[in-house]
Amino acid sequence: MTAQELRLKKQKQQDALFRGSTRMFAVLVLALLAGIIGSLIYGAWPAITTYGLPFITTVEWNPVTSSYGGWDSIFGTLLTSFIALIIAVPVSFGIAVFLTELAPTWLRRPFGIAIELLAGVPSIIYGMWGLFVFAPWFADNIQFLFMMPIEQIPETVASNILGSEALWAPLALVLSKIGYAIAWLFTLPVPSSLMGSQVVELPYIGWIFNAPPMGIGLFTASLILSVMIIPYISSVMRDVFEVTPAMLKESAYGLGATTWEVVWNVVLPYTKNGIIGGVMLGLGRALGETMAVTFVIGNAHRIPGSLFDPTTSIAATLANEFAEAANPMHIASLIYLGLLLFVITFFVLVASKIMLLRLQRNEGAHS
Amino acid sequence: MISLYTRRRIINKASLTLSLLAMGFGLFWLCWILYTLLHEGAPAISLDLFTKTTPAPGSQGGLSNAIIGSLTMALGGTLIGTPIGILAGVYLAEFGSKGWVAPATRFINDILLSAPSIVIGLFVYGAVVVHMGHFSGWAGIAALALLVIPVVLRTTENMLKLIPTAMREAAYALGCPQWKMTLFITLRAAKAGVITGVLLAVARILGETAPLLFTALNNQFYSNLNQPMANLPMVIFQYAMSPFEDWHALAWAGSLLIGLIVLGLNVLARILTRQQGSN
Amino acid sequence: MTTELKPKLAVKNLNFYYGNFHALKNINLEIPEGHVTAFIGPSGCGKSTLLRTFNRMYDLYPKLRAEGEILLNGQNILAGSVDLNMLRAKVGMVFQKPTPFPMSIYDNIAFGVKLYESLSKSEMDDRVEWALKKAALWNEVKDKLRQSGLGLSGGQQQRLCIARAVAVKPEVLLLDEPTSALDPISTAHVEELVHELKQDYTIAIVTHNMQQAARVSDFTAYMYLGELIEVGETDTIFTTPRQKATEDYITGKFG
Repeated sequence: MTAQELRLKKQKQQDALFRGSTRMFAVLVLALLAGIIGSLIYGAWPAITTYGLPFITTVEWNPVTSSYGGWDSIFGTLLTSFIALIIAVPVSFGIAVFLTELAPTWLRRPFGIAIELLAGVPSIIYGMWGLFVFAPWFADNIQFLFMMPIEQIPETVASNILGSEALWAPLALVLSKIGYAIAWLFTLPVPSSLMGSQVVELPYIGWIFNAPPMGIGLFTASLILSVMIIPYISSVMRDVFEVTPAMLKESAYGLGATTWEVVWNVVLPYTKNGIIGGVMLGLGRALGETMAVTFVIGNAHRIPGSLFDPTTSIAATLANEFAEAANPMHIASLIYLGLLLFVITFFVLVASKIMLLRLQRNEGAHS
Repeated sequence: MISLYTRRRIINKASLTLSLLAMGFGLFWLCWILYTLLHEGAPAISLDLFTKTTPAPGSQGGLSNAIIGSLTMALGGTLIGTPIGILAGVYLAEFGSKGWVAPATRFINDILLSAPSIVIGLFVYGAVVVHMGHFSGWAGIAALALLVIPVVLRTTENMLKLIPTAMREAAYALGCPQWKMTLFITLRAAKAGVITGVLLAVARILGETAPLLFTALNNQFYSNLNQPMANLPMVIFQYAMSPFEDWHALAWAGSLLIGLIVLGLNVLARILTRQQGSN
Repeated sequence: MTTELKPKLAVKNLNFYYGNFHALKNINLEIPEGHVTAFIGPSGCGKSTLLRTFNRMYDLYPKLRAEGEILLNGQNILAGSVDLNMLRAKVGMVFQKPTPFPMSIYDNIAFGVKLYESLSKSEMDDRVEWALKKAALWNEVKDKLRQSGLGLSGGQQQRLCIARAVAVKPEVLLLDEPTSALDPISTAHVEELVHELKQDYTIAIVTHNMQQAARVSDFTAYMYLGELIEVGETDTIFTTPRQKATEDYITGKFG
């Protein structure tokens, strides 16, 4: 063999080696998923064999008597994420429309980055801010309203928000009526005494009457979650809006359609799958979010009776109890919860991915 | 009776106004949070923060052990996770046209990218902490590395796919073996993009708390990697949940530090992407 | 053709498929050593595809396959046993758009050489200088060899790519529409270069520009819809083509 042939042979071996090793790392990522599922099942096994599937639907969390059921945590996880979606989806849609269709070009980039930074803020900061800043504000200015006779509300709001200037009173009155109506709509069931000039009674959250409104609970957790997932949903929406062929939009504009009509009737149907994919991605994020929720959800093992009740979520339960759990069954039950969380988010994320892939395929078929 | 045209225009204006409000809604929270961070955190920033360890309640102290712990574990996680992510990304981009490994990995990686980080913590607890018998800095590094991999893998693949085919063909036309082409030509051309991915990954793990809860835990003092290790997010969590005012102040200072570093890295990463885009 | 011509590449019964699409149909052709052969024809006629079988560039992509024989110095390069890297060391290629690698001008050229030879520093310096001189680029870049190849103008980048291909000392040089992305002055530079290079190399050039084919080539092949319609000395093809189709294309009656 000549020196050159030897050299080429060596290169060929190196190539095979390189290819093989990169492949190994790709397989490692696959193995990681299997490892996560396997190790969670292994860790949860004592709880799985003891409680079985009824664990999912049982409301019971008692480390003292060592009996565990996960429904309150699971329900809290699902409910906070669901409420977060209700808030985040329309807002994200508005942001995506603003950034793709409305904003002047030079503003798109800075505004886009600003929204994406919301996703960059570490969740522990959301949590701390939620606990020390948002919750007290929410308690004093919103929850407060649920505790007083209706006719006092306008004055209170006026003095709370705008100071005691008489000039502002009419405005404050209108604002507070609107705010109250919205808040009232959220708080079900409807108090029968609402028509009279009485305190709106919320008998199932009795703790409110023993202590000032705390501001933490289901709604605060959901609202903060919604702020955290807005950047994810809106960035997917923006991306899919941008894949809408310009020609398609131009034809609609050419017919004299308004911006809104183009978005609603052309862009939205075209990108439907992608939008659903983006929403599912946001949902996946919300389901697993830990720190922000742990700070503000209240961490009470119970099914919430109202929107402002403290409750818990899987992630919050894990964060609060895992490091201190000593009883093996307690640990196994917590891992069982973690396994369920992973299974739920896994399916949500798979659904998201499939919807996004479907949009890509459509796009390929169109072009 | 208003005309159809007027109605259409009103609907248009109304909905566009709503979209503007949505934008305002998003910016409002960002501003409020940033304002709070600066307002509460700035007064607590002092030299002590960087030189003294976390105090007992009522005594003076800083966050130096937590800062060092965070940096150590973030560095370790990045050093381990980055090469794995890059090599797996190379496989997906350069060799991924045939077989089932690449599409399966791509799919699973996208799921791991958004998987709850607390579950990663549970996994490392089962895989490392249980076997070591105690919480440790190494376990924290493992958990953070697992978070780095999907981010780096994805950006690497995306950036390599942006490299024009002509560049690869030109290398092949010289008879260049694939490994040399990848390491010396395509990865080099994609450098800025890959660095962006690594920066974003570092930003993410610096702020992550959940995966450290059951792995590194926390420590009141300096520690080596075989012991539980202090880190900023855990200290913030512990101090914020405490009833002590001076601990709250330290927690705010820690939050400001983390917030500035993480957001700074995010902005830097985006500036880098932009520079590459303009080339 | 005159008798003293020795075929460097001989194509025999070549068929080429993109999946089910039959892109090259039964091509038979000889490319004589030490001359320039141009391939012309309307877009999609298969001229680039043919060129890319000469260094088996199609091997990169799944679902592409070639049948038949292509003999380089009498050896069939389509055979499975052929070492592709070795083949590509003998058959260099320059592409439509300049493709400088993301490294310095010097390294762009040294990169290819290092794949096949271990040269000392001074030998490598000499080789780089030699290749850049061959590509008529030396005078323009000799003071900035350490700067990035991406900083050159389009025409300079293309000559850098030619220098890079030449530096490996191939026997055949394939040029795939090398001037389609260049301005007229850079184009003239590259055409002159082709003239110079044919002293030492066998050159095959694909071009959509008939004047260019007439200016630079000794032989011209006209292709249409995957078939080789006519091949012969450039002067003959451009003045007295045997086929009506060729005449129509050359005189512009076509399309």
